[in-house]
Amino acid sequence: MTLSEGSAGIPLLSVRKLTKHFGSFAACAGIDLDIGPGEIHALLGENGAGKSTLVKMLFGILDPTEGEIVWNGQPVTIRSPSEARRLGIGMVFQHFSLFEALTVAENIALSLDPKISLAKISDEAARLSKSYGLPLDPKAHVADLSVGERQRIEIVRALLQNPKLIILDEPTSVLTPQEADKLFDTLFQLKAEGRSVLYISHRLEEVQRICDRATVLRHGKVTGTCDPKLETPASLARMMVGSDVAGVDRDDDATLGDIQIEVSDLAVGARTPFAVSLKDVNLKVRAGEVLAVAGVAGNGQGELFDALSGEYPVSNNEAIRIRGKGVGRVGINGRRLLGAGFVPEERHGHAAVSGMPLSDNLLLARSQSDRRSFLAAGSLAVIRHAAVNTATQRICRNMDVRKSGEDPVAGSLSGGNLQKFIVGRELDRQPSVLVVNQPTWGVDAGAASRIRQALVDLARAGSAVVVISQDLDEIFEVATNIAVISEGRLSASYPAGQLSRERIGLLMGGIHDSTQAEASHAN
Amino acid sequence: MLEAILLTVITAATPLVIASLGELVTERSGVLNLGVEGMMIMGAVIAFAATQATGSPYLGVVAGIVAGAVFSLLFGFLTLTLVANQVATGLALTILGLGLSGQIGESFVGQPGIKLQPIAIPLLSDIPFVGSLLFRQDLIFYLSIALVVGIHWFLFRSRTGLKMRAIGDNHASAHALGINVIRTRYLAVMFGGACAGLAGAQLSLVYTPQWVENMTGGRGWIALALVVFASWRPIRVLAGGYLFGAVTIGQLHAQALGIGIPSQFLSALPYAATIVVLIIISHNRRTTLINTPASLGKPFVPER
Repeated sequence: MTLSEGSAGIPLLSVRKLTKHFGSFAACAGIDLDIGPGEIHALLGENGAGKSTLVKMLFGILDPTEGEIVWNGQPVTIRSPSEARRLGIGMVFQHFSLFEALTVAENIALSLDPKISLAKISDEAARLSKSYGLPLDPKAHVADLSVGERQRIEIVRALLQNPKLIILDEPTSVLTPQEADKLFDTLFQLKAEGRSVLYISHRLEEVQRICDRATVLRHGKVTGTCDPKLETPASLARMMVGSDVAGVDRDDDATLGDIQIEVSDLAVGARTPFAVSLKDVNLKVRAGEVLAVAGVAGNGQGELFDALSGEYPVSNNEAIRIRGKGVGRVGINGRRLLGAGFVPEERHGHAAVSGMPLSDNLLLARSQSDRRSFLAAGSLAVIRHAAVNTATQRICRNMDVRKSGEDPVAGSLSGGNLQKFIVGRELDRQPSVLVVNQPTWGVDAGAASRIRQALVDLARAGSAVVVISQDLDEIFEVATNIAVISEGRLSASYPAGQLSRERIGLLMGGIHDSTQAEASHAN
Repeated sequence: MLEAILLTVITAATPLVIASLGELVTERSGVLNLGVEGMMIMGAVIAFAATQATGSPYLGVVAGIVAGAVFSLLFGFLTLTLVANQVATGLALTILGLGLSGQIGESFVGQPGIKLQPIAIPLLSDIPFVGSLLFRQDLIFYLSIALVVGIHWFLFRSRTGLKMRAIGDNHASAHALGINVIRTRYLAVMFGGACAGLAGAQLSLVYTPQWVENMTGGRGWIALALVVFASWRPIRVLAGGYLFGAVTIGQLHAQALGIGIPSQFLSALPYAATIVVLIIISHNRRTTLINTPASLGKPFVPER
């Protein structure tokens, strides 16, 4: 361990007995943490472990109930983010705090000294983003940018403030392996400059690779501080969840059944000037198969999902066939009635209505496809609350959704638990085709493993599953076959065992022609 | 003839432009104040009262501005501090303003007012046609033009304006960046009130220098529609204000000339035009995303 706590031995940041109560609930209970100068320090923990609360207190968004923050040996009170920035703390949020209506430069300007002109900020941002390998056009409007590009703004924005400590919340979840490598180079560069990094991640391999020390949180308390390089992913996971995280259990030689969903020569024009158009998309998924669609954010994943789910029907009815029937022009409910299920990305506001209880969210999704179970006969279609509640509780039990109360509003669940619920909501129907987009985005390790296992189990029970994901670890865990989407084109699908990460990275970069040729060889 | 018509168009358009600019600033900060009509009529009656009391229409203008701003504070307190529903509060503000102004102005009904006199700008006012049209106007007209330029500069060039747009786009993120959302919104609401008050003062000191109950005659609503029509951009407010002003005047002339267009149709035109513009801009998602304040009308309670 390179315990770089400075020559004087004073940590850059020390947190002593930091506690935050929300009512009677202690989100953080007596947390101790030390970060030395030039150290990359990991903060590990499941969702709801108190990481966000801790970080919000360090960045002046929340006031601690008790405890002390010591910065460079001086006790400090951080009342606002601008005070945190003045001390030299920069933050890259998990849920980007960007303004869609503003340009990149304007977004950055908002967190800087108002005396610096916008033109100068543009230049500086362009220079910094180039030198750290995070290309950005300062004049672009954020509304036009992909998730990955938006994250670059957050990173460049934090770097522009010349921080001594930079806090990164799940920074690699939207990056390709190559982009992540570049980010790590950036972090090592920062470390070499004597800056410290507080790195929050669920990806244990990453933490082991780049972090000098790790602090693990569980239920608002520190359960261990260690050198992650001396640990195994399993031992780290055990500290996080308190028990062993099961790896996904799968059989690789299952025989595949009939084609359940087939897409042939699908072309969809861009709906808006900033959307991606889909070109010549072909895919076939058989019963018992998990097809994973890999790709970097903003390469047409959303558009592909919309076309498959019927959120935006396509003009050629035969381009998409579910269980042998052409459904291109059929809407979501028509496709659901054929036995398909869909889980979109964006838990809040798309897959679930945050302000409504779980039972209502269940009914909203399935009121047409399971009309007979949940609605009384007759034109009034009165809601059968007892049946809806039973199904809600069943889903929560099957997917191990942890919630407070019988039927809480969706927004009160942690990300992982809500995600388990919205995936479970579809699994509960035993769909013969399931399409999921980013099933474990921003979800803790325990929940992610539960969801992945459920997807694999569904395929094993004889369904066809399409998983659109940016997370390569996830893809290799669940996929029977892998296809890569790049600029709206989908590569041929390859058996998961035949693809290396490097090959996927190349396919993500859009090297189509050679791969098409190789694919025809492979077949 | 043309010059006379254009002069009346300018006089009719000026209060629309000013009230609309104020509301634009309020809405850019994310607050929807439907009380423009109420604030405007309060400005009108207080401006008239102050002018009658002091004999100076300039003091009247100042009083109108202050009245609008103070009246808007009531809205600000209810919606920003007590987090009341903005739509309901705005409507209540309009109803209150119309009633209260009638009460205050009861004794002024029928009294001759004092008109705000034009100020000729040296040299420029000697230019034929244009000079007498644009440079022999009253103070409020000059202010309206200055406001268009000033607000455009403020919103799109100044850092404070950028912060205000950021709050209107996403108040939670703005708060996370350490921008004082509530304080900025208070100031924006008061600015909107001050502008509405100034627009009201124009009505009772320039347009028709007297006090008549309900003399705003729905102009506050047109100003509200105009903000959307202009897709929250000040320069377009100026253009739209003059278009709507021309429609109002055209309506009068059409009647005088006996052209058989029902006046109801013409008075409905600004709203119909706003609907058409809404349809057009909603087709272009980008324009909508970039110009519409995304947190418009949403209550904000800081997380602490």
